[in-house]
Parts: sequence; C-alpha cells; structure tokens
Amino acid sequence: MAHDTDAAHDEHGHHPTAKTYLWTALFLTIVTIVEISAYYIKPWEQSAIYVPSMIFMSAVKFAVVCAVYMHLKYDNKLFRNLFVGPLAIAIVTCVGLLFLFGKVAINLGSGA
Amino acid sequence: MATTVAPPIYAPAAASASTYGEKTGVWSWITTTDHKRIGVLYLFTSLFFFIFGGLEAAVIRAQLAAPNQSLVSAELYNQLFTMHGTTMVFLAIMPLSAAFFNFLIPLQIGARDVAFPRLNAFSYWVYLLGGIFITLPIFAGLAPNGGWFGYAPLTTMAYNPGLNIDFWVLGLQILGISSLAAGFNFITTIINMRAPGMHLMRMPMFTWASFVVQFLVVLAFPVITVALVFLQFDRFFGTNFYTLTAGADPLLWQHLFWIFGHPEVYILILPAFGLVSEVLPTFSRKPLFGYAVMVYSGILIGFLGFGVWAHHMFSVGMGPIADTVFSLTTMLIAIPTGVKIFNWMSTMWGGKLTFTTSMCFSIGLVAMFTIGGLSGVTHASPPTDLQQTDTYYVVAHFHYVLFGGSIMGIFAGIYHYFPKMFGRLMNETLGKWHFWINMIGMNLTFGPMHLSGLLGMPRRIYTYDANQGWDLFNMMSSIGTAIIIVATLIFLYNFFTSLKSGPRAGRDPWGASTLEWSIPSPPPEYNFAVLPNVTSRYPLWDVTDGHDLSREHHEGHENRDDRVPTSRELGIPMPANTFKPVMAALGLCTMLGGMTLKHVNDVAFYVVVGGGATMLVVSLYAWLTSPLEESH
Amino acid sequence: MSATAVEPTMAGGESHDAHGHHYTSTGLDNRKIAIWAFIGSECMLFVSLISTYLIYKGKSRVGPYPHEAWTDPATGETFKAILNIPVTSFSTFVLLMSSLAMVLAHNAVVNRHVKRTTFLARLEGNSFFWLMSTAVLGIVFLMCQAYEFTSFVHEGLGLTTNLFSSSFFVLTGFHGAHVTAGVLWLFTLASIDKTRGLTPAEELKIDLCALYWHFVDVVWIAIFVLLYLIK
Repeated sequence: MAHDTDAAHDEHGHHPTAKTYLWTALFLTIVTIVEISAYYIKPWEQSAIYVPSMIFMSAVKFAVVCAVYMHLKYDNKLFRNLFVGPLAIAIVTCVGLLFLFGKVAINLGSGA
Repeated sequence: MATTVAPPIYAPAAASASTYGEKTGVWSWITTTDHKRIGVLYLFTSLFFFIFGGLEAAVIRAQLAAPNQSLVSAELYNQLFTMHGTTMVFLAIMPLSAAFFNFLIPLQIGARDVAFPRLNAFSYWVYLLGGIFITLPIFAGLAPNGGWFGYAPLTTMAYNPGLNIDFWVLGLQILGISSLAAGFNFITTIINMRAPGMHLMRMPMFTWASFVVQFLVVLAFPVITVALVFLQFDRFFGTNFYTLTAGADPLLWQHLFWIFGHPEVYILILPAFGLVSEVLPTFSRKPLFGYAVMVYSGILIGFLGFGVWAHHMFSVGMGPIADTVFSLTTMLIAIPTGVKIFNWMSTMWGGKLTFTTSMCFSIGLVAMFTIGGLSGVTHASPPTDLQQTDTYYVVAHFHYVLFGGSIMGIFAGIYHYFPKMFGRLMNETLGKWHFWINMIGMNLTFGPMHLSGLLGMPRRIYTYDANQGWDLFNMMSSIGTAIIIVATLIFLYNFFTSLKSGPRAGRDPWGASTLEWSIPSPPPEYNFAVLPNVTSRYPLWDVTDGHDLSREHHEGHENRDDRVPTSRELGIPMPANTFKPVMAALGLCTMLGGMTLKHVNDVAFYVVVGGGATMLVVSLYAWLTSPLEESH
Repeated sequence: MSATAVEPTMAGGESHDAHGHHYTSTGLDNRKIAIWAFIGSECMLFVSLISTYLIYKGKSRVGPYPHEAWTDPATGETFKAILNIPVTSFSTFVLLMSSLAMVLAHNAVVNRHVKRTTFLARLEGNSFFWLMSTAVLGIVFLMCQAYEFTSFVHEGLGLTTNLFSSSFFVLTGFHGAHVTAGVLWLFTLASIDKTRGLTPAEELKIDLCALYWHFVDVVWIAIFVLLYLIK
C-alpha cells in the first residue's frame, strides 16, 4: 500500500503546472474581492439578487478549488463520484432542513 | 508487538498452523490485525451484548406481564428501555453485522485482508471500550434514561441533571467513531481490494449490501455526532442549542437525530438482507433471481433512505407539504424493499430446496420482514400514523423488522458461516429447535403488541392499570419473551458445543458458490494462496468439466489432515501484529469517556481528558509513522 | 482451488506479490480512496453544523447580533453588530493563499527531478518552503480566529450568550479544530521533508494532506459567505 502502482502514476501524469495554480489563485482572489465589495455596495447588498449572487460566487470558488487544487478535473473519476455523491446528499439535506424550518424563503429573499 | 522490527519479511511464526494462522494466545488476539480474527472478536462481543440487551428486555417484559406491578421502579424502567434500545442497535445488531463485514468481505472479493488492517483493529477496540463505557453505569443505577433517541430538550441539563445522559452522549460519540473508521475501511476495501475479474456486478450480494451500508454509515453518523456535540455542549458548557427559553427550536434534535436515524434503520437491515441473499440461492440451488435488480434496489434504498427521515415526526405537525413529501418518499422506499422480497421468493421458486437451519431462518426473515414492512407502510400515511405513533403498534412494527428481519438474518448468517469461521458444523437438530421455538416466541411476543398498541397502550410506560383491554396481550408478550429466552439458550448451547466438538466442515459444506467457499475452513491467515481470477458471479458453480468441486470433493481431502501451508512457507507478506491501535482506542475512549468527570471534579476532568488525548496523539503518531506492513 | 472459474493468474496475483506490491483493483492507492470517502463524510458534518446555524439565524432572543446593533432593554446598554468583516476578509484571503502554497508544495515534490537554476525556479521546487508557508498561513488564520473570538467575548458575546453565539462558536470552532489538525499534519510532513526529503514516489503523502487542507478551505469559502457576508 505504500507504493503507487503504475496506473496511479499515469493518473498524475498531466497535473497542471505551477502557472495554472497561480492563475487559479488570482481568479479566486478576484472573486473574493468582488464578494467583499458587494457586501459594502449598498444598492447591490440590498437588492434581491444579492443572496443568489453571493451563493453563486462562492459555489464557483468551491468548484474551482475542488477541480483544480484538489485535482478532481484531472484525477480518476472515482474520486469525483466519491465526493459529489455525498456532497449532493448533504446539500439536499441542508435545503430540506431549511425548508422544514421555514428558512428557505427568507434566505433566498432580500435577507433577514 | 513485533511490529517495528522491520527487516524480517514475514510475521513471526509459531510452529503449528492452527485455526487463525500461526499466532496463538490471548496476546495474539489483542494485537491482531487479521480481519478474520477481528470478525470473530466482533461476533463474540456482540453476542454478549445481544444477550445483555435481551436480559434488559426480559426485565421489562416481567415488569409489564401484569397490571400494576412494581418489580422495577419507574426510574430504573426508563434506564432499562433506553439501554435495551441503545444496546440492541449500537452494541448488538450493528456489530453483529460488522462481524460479517470483517470476516466475509475480504473473502468474498478475493482479498488477503481489508485495506487498512490496523484501522480495523482500532474500530473493534473502540467499539468494545465504548460498549463497556455505556453499559456499566446500569449497575450503579446511572444508565442513560432518555430513550435510545434521547430527545432533547428532555435530555438537557434542565430536565435530566444526572450523569445518566452524559454516559449516553459520550458513549454514542465513541461508538460513532468506531463505525465511521470501519466505514472508510470497508468502502476502500470493496472499491480497491477486489481480486482480478471481480467486477462490481460480480460481487456477492452480501458484499453489495455491505457496500451500500458503509456509505450510509459514513454519511449518517456525522449528523448524529453533530447533534450529540450540541447536546454535550449544552450540558457541559451551557450553550443554547436545545434551550427553549433562549429561542431554540425543540425540533432541531428530532430532525438531526432522524436524518441519522432513518439511514440507521437500513444500516441495521441491509446486512441481514445480504446474508439471506447468500443463503437462499445456495439452498435453492439456483442463482439469485434478478441479481442486477437486487443491486439497484439496494442502492435506491440507500439514496431514498436519506429522504424519509421526517416520517418519524408526523405527530409534531410539520404542515401539509412536508407531511405529503415525506409520506410519498416513505411509500416509495417500500418499492425497492418489496422488489427484494419478490426476488427472494422467485429465487426459491422452482429451486431444489434444502431446509437447513440457515435456510429456515432466511425464509423466516422473508416472512417476518414482510409483516414488519407492511405495518411500516401503514404509518407512512400521516393520518393513520397519528393514531399509531408512540403506541405499542410501533413497537410491534420495528421488532418485526429488527428481530424478525435483522436478527433472523444474522442467525441465518451465523449458521451458514459458522463452518467457515471455525471449521466445524453446528448441530442441525438443535438449530431447527432454535428456529421453531424462536419463531413461536417471537410472534407471541410481538404479534399481540399490534393489538395492545391499537387499543391505545402507549410506549415507555412502566406500568398500567388493569381492565383497559391490554392485560391479556401483555401477558402473551411476556410469555413469548420467556420462549425466546429458551430458544436463545438452545442457540448458545449449540454454538459453544459445536465450537468444541462439532463435526469437521470441509471447504464448502453447503455446496455454495462464492469465493469464500473455495478456501479451507477456517481459512489460513492469508486467505488465498494465489489471488483468484474471477470469471463469473458464481465461481464455484461455474465449472466447465461438470464436476461438483464442492462437497464430496473436498471433505475427505480436509479430513486427511492435509496441512495448510503457512504464509511464511508461501512467501506471502502479512501485516504483523501490533498493539498501537489498541493504545489509540484506549486513549480515545479515555479522552471522551473522561469528560463525564466534568460534573464530578474539575481537576480529574483535565487530567483524564488531557492524559487520554496525549495517549491518543502519541499512539497515532507511533502507528502512522511505523510501516503498517512487515514487508517493503 | 482447482475450479476453472477461480484460476490463479500471474498477472493479478503472484507477480505483484513477488515485488512486495499489493494488487489493487482500480490501480489507485487505498489511502487516497479512503481520504475522499472521509471528505464525503465531512461534508455531512459541516452541512449539519451550517444548517443549524442558518436555522437559528435571527432566532436569538437577546443580542449581540451578527449584523445589527442591539440595545439591551434591561440595561439600556448598546452593542454594535458583532461581525468584523475586514478581519475575516483578511483571514479568508490568508486561507486562500495557504491553499495555493499547499498545491505548490505538492507540485514541488512531484517535479523533484526538474533541474532548477533561477531563483524563482528553485523557489518553486522548494517543497519545504511551501509546506512551512502553508502551515504558517494556517497559523495566521487561527490567530485571526483567536483574535475574533476574544474580541467577541470582550464585546459581550460569550459561548452561552444566545443562539447565534452558540451555533457560531461551535461551527467556526469545529472548522478551527480542523485547521489545527491540518497544521500539525503539515508540520509533520515538513519535518520529514527537512530530514530526508520527500521523493516523487511519496507524492501521495503530500496529496492526502493537500486534499484535506483544500477541503477545509472550501468549507471556509461556504462559511465566509453564509455566515459573514449574507445578513
């Protein structure tokens, strides 16, 4: 178990380069800056699209980190399934709970 | 212990190759990393807890046999039903299944061990220590008393100030860690340790059922862990998760608990389904009917199992939309379960049936689980559920499912796999007695509960007045319990005498078809001298020369004292014994268990918890930095 | 095992064992599968914690509150909105950069064989530097959290003050505990790398830690938006 088999090495053959990682970091930083600015831009912050746009931006960041930094884009599909399956159940459970506690409308609305 | 003395390629070997490889003695069992030995440890420990939980039930039934009895106090009664539920769910049925996971999965997929042998040992020791931790308090009258579901806020400090619930909150966290560790281990094992040619769709049904169960475990247990951590923080540090005066929602616990609790139901039943799916084809001499559909229905049950939790909570008033959704998903989940029942019947249909004890128990499961399943569908409908909730009708339902289902399936598994585990057959005559007496006792115990429940008898009452129409049914249930005890005693007698003096079993005493029957009974520590190359779902039945290679072929062979070579002779590297997982388990349990001292003595609290944590970290480092394997 | 259907195979069994390798059905390493299963499980853990926070959002009977000022009706004392967005924005950025350092540490070990001449190229290949940077950035994040927690307590928001504080401290505390475990893991790897140098064959050792670390980071991405930025 302490050794990778050849097949596993092949999987790692086409990892992105350091340059890709740096560009990814830049992208993540920019999205984060947009997120934080949105918090301070009153018209945006008080509009109906604020919450959806924030959730969308964080979902993009989430996905980019998983795809590039965690190599899900390049690695064996098995890992993707092992992660996305539980994540889907987790998100559905969360939404279900928020619905049951009467929270969905509030959270998707203009902010409580 | 001879672990880190790295150079020798093979584990130290004693002279004789006996039951489980070359190592003997108590110490070799404590330090073992062999999945078969760990499976056997699980089996014995969980049988002990099964007996213990059964005795708790016996006291409950004695108390309820007649109206207005006072054999036990109300307080002790609360502890008894709480511990009966907790013991049976977490200390008996789950680990009985784990005994089979451990013993069978590597054998069925053609592997030499699980993916992480030391983690496996860790799981067992955490389970044992956690089991002891949560069980002992009953002797001091301090056992948990809030029901196995421990509804907060009733279990918060304000309503339950004793140490009782602390034991429960911490004990369940300990047991959860054991299950989670085992879950990751078996997921990896099944994905990655299959022999060449053992495609997913060639895996035996038991392995498939276990595969689904492991995902349920790793996704459901974190939720109850969080719920328990909240409760622990409320009790120990005064947080407000379940404090109604601070605005907390009394349903939070219920939701979190049942998000865990419903998948837990499938965690309890699916392994038994898997065992029965091994037994029925074997003794029908037919392949399992609709293998692929069985697999997909198992997966579907797993997914849907996460979408039905609130049907445990219809009576709290969640509103029409939620009630409708959860009612529909609950009825939906009955479909894949029903599919399984029909597949088993179709498997037997037209088969050449042999009624061995394990076959009897399997058919018993099909029949009894159907009853329990049907009564379950009746409370999928909120209006009827409102009549049934918190009555003995529900108690009848889940005992038909868990005793008639899980336990019957596990008994089928024990009779079926005893020869593989110990190399000897169990007594079939005693087995039949066990089956029939158990069957009668079970129906006499739980059948009348349907009626007493529908007549309005509530659950969890320690006594009741005469002439409410419940007296006869309660007496019947109590007599039934006595009959179950007789059946269980016969089983225990059979089990232990067969262990010593049962007739020798060959490789494949039942003429079964899967890989585990192709190797000696009990298997050598390396399982397979050469990893098999699997070409079909039923490798031992799939013989081209028309020669029955199972029973006759091997029986004489074994009896001629044909020595099974050791791993050393074959040059197969095996994991060495190690004490580190035991130390880590001890550290973990000291750390978590020691937290109960928070309410006793602050200094002792910090000393014990700190000591346990240090022990855990040190032994984890020692464990992770020493090579798992003897070789490399 | 004379069954024709259970033939021994050289390819699957013996040849691997002869080299002391373990045959795996997918060709992947057991530990990597296990850590992904673990991460899947952790999703449920954090979702339970986050759901609880969201369920209790706005349900606290007394302040201080996260986003609004609150005047205690009993004493007349006024508490300002408690969350400190600038500090948390900084710590979010720090954690993001630690992920970058982590992935560069992995990159450095994988590309150990590359000849490096310029300063920047040598820096890129310095796995010890990147491991230590990751760990140090993790510690900076934890210090920000410690600062945040203590300032909250000074401003009158203790663990037991209200529903918000209970769910907030336990959720972010759980996350902080994960970061702490990750920092210990990173220091362990860094010390191994310092003493004998991790080889490309041991790439997996870094990979496992990296997966864990990035997961802890993505959880923070969710927490930052759901707790801090959305009122």
